[in-house]
Amino acid sequence: MIGFLTLFYKEFLRFWKVAFQTVAAPVLTALLYLLIFGHVLDGQVRVHGIEYTAFLIPGLVMMQVLQNAFANSSSSLIQAKITGSIVFVLLPPISYSAFFLAYILAATLRGLMVGVGVLLATIWFADLQVVAPLWILVFSVLGGALFGAAGMIAGIWSEKFDQLAAFQNFLIMPLTMLSGVFYSIHSLPAFWQQVSHYNPVFYMIDGFRYGFFGVSDVAPQTGLGVVVICFAAVSALTLELLRRGWKLRG
Amino acid sequence: MSAAVAIDGVAKRFGTLQALAGVSLEIAAGEFFALLGPNGAGKTTLISTLAGLVRPDAGSIRVLGYDVIRDFREARRRLGVVPQELVFDPFFNVRETLRIQSGYFGIRKNDDWIDEILHHLDLTSKAEVNMRRLSGGMKRRVLVAQALVHKPPVIVLDEPTAGVDVELRQGLWQFIRRLNGEGHTIILTTHYLEEAEALCNRIALMKQGKVLALDTTANLLAAHPGASLEEVFMRMVQQ
Repeated sequence: MIGFLTLFYKEFLRFWKVAFQTVAAPVLTALLYLLIFGHVLDGQVRVHGIEYTAFLIPGLVMMQVLQNAFANSSSSLIQAKITGSIVFVLLPPISYSAFFLAYILAATLRGLMVGVGVLLATIWFADLQVVAPLWILVFSVLGGALFGAAGMIAGIWSEKFDQLAAFQNFLIMPLTMLSGVFYSIHSLPAFWQQVSHYNPVFYMIDGFRYGFFGVSDVAPQTGLGVVVICFAAVSALTLELLRRGWKLRG
Repeated sequence: MSAAVAIDGVAKRFGTLQALAGVSLEIAAGEFFALLGPNGAGKTTLISTLAGLVRPDAGSIRVLGYDVIRDFREARRRLGVVPQELVFDPFFNVRETLRIQSGYFGIRKNDDWIDEILHHLDLTSKAEVNMRRLSGGMKRRVLVAQALVHKPPVIVLDEPTAGVDVELRQGLWQFIRRLNGEGHTIILTTHYLEEAEALCNRIALMKQGKVLALDTTANLLAAHPGASLEEVFMRMVQQ
């Protein structure tokens, strides 16, 4: 237990010591998105009867939760592998399940801290309600954990920083940007609406947004089911890779 | 005397390279043991297998009776490894690094022992300095300190004095000798053969993944009258 707690604390310190880069910078990015899109579209577009800026804020919060949770575990692992400092966690008697839990908890924590930061920075620009806080909590924690686990897979698989960048730019970024952060999928043509239903991030954003407005593209229970299944699948794969020591132990 | 480390038929292949070809040897508790050999002999692969960083294709290794794969928690608690590469975590200072390493081994409050290690490795004045700002020799000493935070009965030093100046090297050996005197088993790999000759009771000489010779330092030298360990090493490797 102490080993797990120490690894979690170390992973927390790793991003907290450079919080300007790992927490403040993503908050600023989200704020810029809000200022630009909100300025252009507010007053002209309403989604589900909600002002565009208010509609946008939960999407931006969730997008940053997911992207930062992914960035945390993936960057930590690849840095440790490339510098060789991964031996410090491979030599001690830490089980692979404790290793997994420590990394995804730290990743989720960073995602949530960035999410809270985005919310605090943007809440002044719109009249935001909170209809169902439990859904907000459930989707943000599960989404952060899911992307933290996905980040572990990317960090374990990547042997160079450009491989990790490819993972981020060609998989994570499109999945999050095309998930309904900036729009409701009902505004899309029928074909792309169907395609969006195969994107698990869509369910996370949609369910998270439901917690604020009580309206969503699909029922939050359906979204929760999809997210739980994805989390279970990605976690099982990550745990199996750790158990085998794939790309970590020769 | 019971075996601190028992290596039985360990083989490991990386692609076409047979890094270890059925290595078997035992190291008794309390020994100061040297693992010597030219580059590529398999010393580091053997140590990595012992530490659980590499999984063997065949054979087994036990540390004080605990299998390094099946009973990995118990085996790793009893093992401290100083890696060959100069690795460090740039986010932390020396004391944080050692506290974190203690925590990994399940030790929460370890400052008394950490202070003692820092003192013996002449790192007290650097305790609050970030790892990035240390010289190569000091980083090497922090690696030694990290391997010792949990007071392991078996200590593995993979070329610990590479890049360390003479004065610091003497201080390091004095400390390691003291630990050996207190009952810790020491396993050393080094290219400084005079160090192995002066410190180690027994030596295994490896080449191409096999043990070429395994005997006490005294016996190896006696078999080659008038020769230094370096000369013995050269003759055996060239045979």
